[in-house]
Amino acid sequence: MMITLTVNGERVTRHVEPRRHLIDFLRLDLGLTGSHAGCEHGVCGACTVRVDGEIVRGCLVLAASLDGAEVTTIEGLTDSGEVADLQEAFVARNAAQCGFCTPGMVMAAADILRHHADADRAAIREHLSGNYCRCTGYQAIVDAVAATLSERAIHTPADAGRGDRTQEAGR
Amino acid sequence: MPTPASIGLSREDLPNSYIGRSVPRPNLPKLVQGRATYTDDVVLPRMLHAAFLRSPHAHARILAIRTEAALAVPGVVRVFTGADLAKVCDPWVAVLDHLKGMKSAPQHPLPLERATWQGEAVVAVLADTRAAAEDGVAALEVDWDPLPAQTDMETALDAGTTVIHPELGDNLVFTRTATKGDVDAAFAAAHKVVEATFVTGRHTGVTLEPRSIIADYNRADGTLTVHQATQAPHMMQTVYAKHLRMEEGQVRVICKDVGGSFGIKVHVYPDEVAVAAMARILGRPVKFIADRFESFASDIHARDHRIKARMAVEADGTIIGFDVDDLTGIGPYSVYPRTSAMEGNQVVNLVGGPYDFAHYRCTTRVVLQNKAPTCQYRAVGHPIATAVTEGLVEMAARALGMDPIELRRRNMIRDDAYPFTSPPGMRFEGLSHHASLDKLLEMVPVARIRADQAEQRKKGVYRGLGFAAFIELTNPSPFMYGIGGARISAQDGCTVRMDPDGSVVASSGVTEQGQGTEAILAQIVAHGVGVPVERVKIITGDTLNTPYGGGTWACRGAGIGGEAALQSALALKAQILEVAGAMLQAPPESLDIVMGHITDRATGAERMTLHELGRIVYFRGDTLPRDLPRELVQTRHFITKEYPFAFTNGIQACWAEVDTDTGMVKLLEHWVVEDCGRVVNPLLVDEQVRGGVVQGLGGALYEHCVYDERGNLLTTTMADYLVPMSAEMPDIHVGHVETPTKESLLGAKGAGEAGTAGAPGALLNAINDALAPLGAQVLEQPFTPARILAALGRF
Ligand code: FES
Ligand code: FES
Repeated sequence: MMITLTVNGERVTRHVEPRRHLIDFLRLDLGLTGSHAGCEHGVCGACTVRVDGEIVRGCLVLAASLDGAEVTTIEGLTDSGEVADLQEAFVARNAAQCGFCTPGMVMAAADILRHHADADRAAIREHLSGNYCRCTGYQAIVDAVAATLSERAIHTPADAGRGDRTQEAGR
Repeated sequence: MPTPASIGLSREDLPNSYIGRSVPRPNLPKLVQGRATYTDDVVLPRMLHAAFLRSPHAHARILAIRTEAALAVPGVVRVFTGADLAKVCDPWVAVLDHLKGMKSAPQHPLPLERATWQGEAVVAVLADTRAAAEDGVAALEVDWDPLPAQTDMETALDAGTTVIHPELGDNLVFTRTATKGDVDAAFAAAHKVVEATFVTGRHTGVTLEPRSIIADYNRADGTLTVHQATQAPHMMQTVYAKHLRMEEGQVRVICKDVGGSFGIKVHVYPDEVAVAAMARILGRPVKFIADRFESFASDIHARDHRIKARMAVEADGTIIGFDVDDLTGIGPYSVYPRTSAMEGNQVVNLVGGPYDFAHYRCTTRVVLQNKAPTCQYRAVGHPIATAVTEGLVEMAARALGMDPIELRRRNMIRDDAYPFTSPPGMRFEGLSHHASLDKLLEMVPVARIRADQAEQRKKGVYRGLGFAAFIELTNPSPFMYGIGGARISAQDGCTVRMDPDGSVVASSGVTEQGQGTEAILAQIVAHGVGVPVERVKIITGDTLNTPYGGGTWACRGAGIGGEAALQSALALKAQILEVAGAMLQAPPESLDIVMGHITDRATGAERMTLHELGRIVYFRGDTLPRDLPRELVQTRHFITKEYPFAFTNGIQACWAEVDTDTGMVKLLEHWVVEDCGRVVNPLLVDEQVRGGVVQGLGGALYEHCVYDERGNLLTTTMADYLVPMSAEMPDIHVGHVETPTKESLLGAKGAGEAGTAGAPGALLNAINDALAPLGAQVLEQPFTPARILAALGRF
């Protein structure tokens, strides 16, 4: 079937097979290879992208269901500069090793920055628990996200709009 | 001759002194922006996609394969069976000559008559998309004759057990015993003997990027180019050439970004050789990217061991000796070319490692099973040997009513006792067990933790603190594989060149899979030549464009590749200064290179830029003395000479809480001190250690490839096979002791396996420390809630 959607701010019209997953659509049809498939069954989070403002697993969404949707991938997120500070923190903290999980991690971490500005380390660990990383041991990633949150908090007036309250996540 | 001091290894304040500094990785921005190039991101013209029919049986004869329906599927181009590929590809037998008595059966890319594990690739379908290839696989019809499966390693050698390869006579692949002293007499006379049977669960690497390959045979020039997620491109080049009957020079292996390896990607997989063979036959590119099911069923597994072990001590805690019987099941074939005997062999080499004792006996027996092949995974054999040794040490401390730290201190090899030869014959150059323990005790608030532990116990909360000292074996010499007849390079080379703009390019035989190899090579080269690190570019992962080498495994990136880089960089610096001396009419010894400038060594005054030197050498050579050597390119190769390995050591501590109602283990905090010699980049080393710890904890707590008794793999998705997630992992504190190896100027040893080597043992001891007041202990990994409840008698 034919679908038209917006990907990283650009209008895209393509013919897709009904069984085509979003991750394959992005990688194979659009050449957006930043998002990865790690498990293709919704567990690892490597395929995380944003659809209409919310993060989803690209391996669980059918492209055919996305007619009219707005999709942002790591490429779009990078180009918009929305998470330039987070990406710098990842680099400074060595929060990636092989980098295969990293685009999905950055997408998930961007979601924390948008919706959970008060997240503490435990909440960050909880929020990132759908994104597997086999290399880093996670600590550096948590550090990078926490550092970005606190940098942003310093530079954002206290009364500025905040996202949802963070869910309490004890150890 | 340069010395560590003369090249600034002890002066971290100088501007271009990069070794020992936490420089960010230059290749990270690409990774965080989604601009990396993994093998699956590569698309070639006329490329076909492969999918495999994998055996549904653990052991079965292949009676007939019918392909008509598959070939009728739209998009399907060809179907290949084992017989088709055998026409162009010779089988391999994974044994090493120096592992005496070792045997294994010939293995083909696709089997000819029998499937010997569930998940073995049997038939290949090529199509213009992966989806079409999978449709083709679904349409294949295979007639199977299921055979009895040999799955239990305990019965593998019994009379009447199915012999998986009848021509081998039995299922015994390899056995080795190391002995020293008189174990029986010493144990008979001992004050106390502690003993236990440890089990380590079969687990696997779960690289987030699955195994990936594109093979492209070009009939026009007779070359095979393979894009592959591999740790050892030169080794793979040799393997493809040898088995596809080509010259090595006709094969090129390229690996760009690799999404995790951990040893999984250093082996020869039959399905990957099949891809190369199919490309060879068709003369066009073939891509195969394993899906997660295929990864679980066909990536190598590891650590399927049962270890009966005992340790004897004197009343004062002096360790008298160890007596260990290791049994391991490796699947139906030894894995090529490293062999599956190495893991058991390392158990024999490393049990008792940190301690000085007189009597030793350790046997490993390596047997066949109808399960996925096992081979070498991060910290080969180390976590097993460490958990056994350290588990016994803490059992002995409990039996003697002694502080386990004190017991260790009394027995650890003294820091001034080196070189030291261990009972199984390992010759250690220099280790730092006592310094590491001291450092650990600065980090771990033991008194506070013990007080908290006692306090919590009163409330029915069971917390435990466990320790594990370990030895890690890195930077193998030719004694690891070369003497066994395997073409696996123990040396590595680096070529460094200066270009006209004064920038430096270094190409190295070691590779990058996320360890940060390229970053440390850039630091070392920048330091060695005297340029800003941003002016250095590194090339790795291309057999056509890098010096021959072993690649990255056994932590040889810094120790071997790094030293080759340092030597070539120093040679280039000397060459640049010779040219500069001619230009500036000054003796080369009076000059230096600092941050890209030629300076006067005595005054520090700037004499000229490298940029200017490059301009003259490359474009105005007419102005230089006629006979002046002007090759601004230098190559050096490095290999260790004195010791068969660079041994590293360290110690870990784990603080964990066991919920005695649910059997769940909560990790509270974890500490590591490790000694990898010279630390080139502390930021990267710490994260390597943390990643290794988490991988070790994963194996000890969650990860398990579970088979039923008929050889059916039950854990084939990430929902069945659990890996550690961020919420379950503790904060991990890392400290260092530095004992540089004298084998090299750089002094670096390996760091990548230390975390994995020690974490399971530390956790084992933490759990058993928590359970001790309840009279329970667990010895079987992974330490699942069910096993812990069983130990508590509640299940
Ligand atoms: S690929 Fe989608 S969650 Fe793993
Ligand atoms: S960096 Fe390799 S999986 Fe996360």
